[in-house]
Amino acid sequence: MEALLRAHGITRRYGPGCALCLDSTGADAGTNRCPTCGSVWACRDVSLELRAEEALGIVGESGSGKSTLVKLLHFDDPATSGYLELARLRQLEGIGGIYADGCDWSRDLFSMDRYRQRRVRDASMGIVYQHPHLGLRMGVSSGGNVAERLLSAGWRSIGAMRQRASHLLERTEIPLSRMDEPPRNFSGGMQQRVQIAKALSGDPPILLLDEVSTGLDLSVQARVLDMIRTLREELRLSMVVVSHDLGVIHLLCQRTMVMKNGQVVESGLTDQILQDPQHGYTQLLVASQLQ
Amino acid sequence: MRVREWMDREAAPRSTFAFLDDGAKKDVRRALLKAVAIPGYQVPYGSREMPLARGWGTGGIQITLSLLKPDDIVKVIDQGCDGSVNAVNIKKFYERTAGVEITTDTALATLVQTRHRIPEEPLTDRQILVLQVPYPEALREVEPSEAQTRRMHAEADYARMWLHLYEDIVRFGEIRISYRYPCTVNGRHVMDPSPIPRWDVPKLHMADALFLFGAGRERRIYAIPPHTRVEPLEFEDHRFRVEDFSGKSCARCGATDTFLDEILMPDGSQTHYCSDSGHCDKRRAGWKPC
Repeated sequence: MEALLRAHGITRRYGPGCALCLDSTGADAGTNRCPTCGSVWACRDVSLELRAEEALGIVGESGSGKSTLVKLLHFDDPATSGYLELARLRQLEGIGGIYADGCDWSRDLFSMDRYRQRRVRDASMGIVYQHPHLGLRMGVSSGGNVAERLLSAGWRSIGAMRQRASHLLERTEIPLSRMDEPPRNFSGGMQQRVQIAKALSGDPPILLLDEVSTGLDLSVQARVLDMIRTLREELRLSMVVVSHDLGVIHLLCQRTMVMKNGQVVESGLTDQILQDPQHGYTQLLVASQLQ
Repeated sequence: MRVREWMDREAAPRSTFAFLDDGAKKDVRRALLKAVAIPGYQVPYGSREMPLARGWGTGGIQITLSLLKPDDIVKVIDQGCDGSVNAVNIKKFYERTAGVEITTDTALATLVQTRHRIPEEPLTDRQILVLQVPYPEALREVEPSEAQTRRMHAEADYARMWLHLYEDIVRFGEIRISYRYPCTVNGRHVMDPSPIPRWDVPKLHMADALFLFGAGRERRIYAIPPHTRVEPLEFEDHRFRVEDFSGKSCARCGATDTFLDEILMPDGSQTHYCSDSGHCDKRRAGWKPC
């Protein structure tokens, strides 16, 4: 499988940073906050590669930098250092200045201006957040929520947008009779499905899932995960799946990265990591899973 | 009489031409140059104290004062009317501090200052229209934070505004914005055209005249240079429409091609008058009822 996205040395630091930071933070130090200067290293030197039609899992306890990593990939938050590249995608051809002539990979997307980043994001990525209120406008109709991404991508026909929105909401099992209702009227599971519809509206090749099933009850969780699996098959999506739940990772992902205190401590095939964890933290994580 | 005395003193020979000191005029003119260079972009400037409260046209007044020359002929209208109290007082102010000639005839004026209307008569390339603006930020409706709206303008991120219109159409079958209709200027910035009715929005597109917008309270200046594209936000299957006055005409001049004000008569019936009083008077002078 060809690589679709690659990132190298992604770092996000909150605070000034100091000479002692690198030694006193990270997985070995057991903290991501520098005791000397108080800087938080939410994400430290993370490199990853996402292949076409692959699901990459990121596990770790809360505060390990999983969500920060996804936010950086989605340009929600600027990276302190590191670079991000996308393979030559049909969806991005229209945006000027992304690809150098003859190159298979884009220029570094982190160093591009925010306008281009937004266009790249709209054309190539969809995101589903843990809390629906982060990804949805609760006062706007569900159809409008899906249409927002389309409007951002330059769609200007109400009829076409409504058609696309109703198609996606149908796929995510939202009754069409409720298309014009705001998500605030919906249950948590339904809100999450509207979010998925919104994330898929621009037909993106990459889907970022940030704790997508956390906070839902078990039967609803199963339905949402089942739907994501079906959509992945049908739409040939590549996914980055962030979760603290090894079950979700096991169900969805072929490859997994384990994060602790902002650093990747182990990565490899999901089965391998679950059955033969090497790093002490991964062993703890696997051992503490409810049977 | 105290204000009057104060005005007389300010207008005495020792005060500068057109009230504002040279530093203030220079500041406003610099903002104007930048505004013309980036059509639709809101340029911040140091709005000065005026002898009337902010929110009463001080933005437009400062632009006019910075542009006035002794040989200018000025027209001031308030919602189309030459005779409203605010318009009359502003005219007196210009007359007294700059000694310029005042007119009600759009065609004669070199500079027209207006609140909430654009004159019916087409403006020429020798004329400047100064609009008073209460809320310069077109995105304020959808985003309360100034930091966010500035970021949205910088990144041309106008999906929220479009979504606002989309929601209106889905819920009401029509965009509910009757005035301050957002427009894309020169294919880049979404701009608030000040509270002019929809009727006036097409007049901004590819016009011969220069349009200058001043918001004194909000301290912003922006502009539409001549021959600039000004496109109201519209969908392919839901086009922008202006007010429909079909079947109605002005009771004074008989016009059927102007923006009409609805007037309620004492007996409860409705009648319509031209909103642009100067244009109406002009037509009336040459109009014979058949």
